[in-house]
Amino acid sequence: MTVLNKVAEILADHTDVAVEEITMETNFEKLGLDSLDMVDLVMQMEEEFDVKIAINQQLAQVSDLVKLIEGLQN
Amino acid sequence: MAKKQLMPWFNTVRPKYERVMKNSMSFQIIGTGSAYPVCIKTNDELSQLVDTTDEWISSRTGIKSRHISTTESLSELAVTAAKQALEDANVKSEELSLIICATIQGDYVTPSLACVVQKEIGAKCPAFDVNAACSGFIYGLDIALGYYERKKADKVLIIAAETMSKHVNWKDRATCVLFGDGAGAVVLSAGDGLVAIKTTASGATDILTIPGRTGNNPFSEPKAMDDYLYMNGPEVFKFAVTSMCRDLKDVIAAAGLTETEIDMVLPHQANLKIIEGAMNRLKIPEEKYYGNIEHSGNISAASIPILLDELNKAGLIKKGFKLALSSFGGGLTSAACVIKWNKEAVQK
Repeated sequence: MTVLNKVAEILADHTDVAVEEITMETNFEKLGLDSLDMVDLVMQMEEEFDVKIAINQQLAQVSDLVKLIEGLQN
Repeated sequence: MAKKQLMPWFNTVRPKYERVMKNSMSFQIIGTGSAYPVCIKTNDELSQLVDTTDEWISSRTGIKSRHISTTESLSELAVTAAKQALEDANVKSEELSLIICATIQGDYVTPSLACVVQKEIGAKCPAFDVNAACSGFIYGLDIALGYYERKKADKVLIIAAETMSKHVNWKDRATCVLFGDGAGAVVLSAGDGLVAIKTTASGATDILTIPGRTGNNPFSEPKAMDDYLYMNGPEVFKFAVTSMCRDLKDVIAAAGLTETEIDMVLPHQANLKIIEGAMNRLKIPEEKYYGNIEHSGNISAASIPILLDELNKAGLIKKGFKLALSSFGGGLTSAACVIKWNKEAVQK
């Protein structure tokens, strides 16, 4: 599964948004995610992709998270 | 695009080492008690005080109201919970071998809260406090276990009591809405109820702190500290979810059980999202999780024993039930245990 697909799957689970509607431009705050939701999201990404991500990342939209993880995978 | 509302999905009651104690004498819980201050403050009432809303608080934490001490001292709450637990256990205070109070801070630095309780209930045994913040109750159980192993105890009273209202900054909307006051207590006797237990610590001075007294020593320049409770929410959340998952898996395995064999999970009631985060990662069925955070808020060490008492009084805990308790918080500390319930269910 690609990073974007996994992010979309998790976000769809946490919100009322369908998986197909999540894009690289989707804004986390507009989805209603608060700071703790973001930590949980980042933790799930760490578990899924076996990477370590510091908590205080500035992640405004899906592309920020995808790029961060793809960077850690390489 | 609306976010799913954080609804209390659990069954609501209007409530750094592991041991395997299978086939060994440990203890069993023979009585429970709890006490809340009379005053209840709802989210709406707190929004008159600080810039917040019921929707903001309940969607992020699951808290709708909490009890706040006004005229009650922490000692009074602790004594009330203790007396209830003794009555539930049918044990007289003179029979106690030991009193342990888990608290961040009693009404006095000294005498300890345990000593104040000892005086008020007329007990004659040793008494001391333990501060492991939110993990204090299970740390207290672990300490009691040592006394039972050394055959130095018959009946033990463990109380966990907090007035978090003394420690929070009531001008800080991010923290003052999260906590509440109350006391919970259990009476233990020798038995085989405690099946596995684990305590951990990851010391940190910059994630969750409440300052101590500095006094007015004219010869020292004390290090500057915050005046009130400080918490790095995201760091605490990550620690809490990680700890709860790891600790529950460890103690359930140490107890020789599978996650699906647990009858009730009693997590520390700090924030519903922490519990959801762990629940989504563990195999324990959702309906096994119990909580009362809606009406309690985070009462630190007192959280779990208050919940235990509410469940006991509601007759929900059946004899033979396997309970998994999990706590996490200041220190940073975490603790978990599996207890087999040997009491007959309260008849309702």
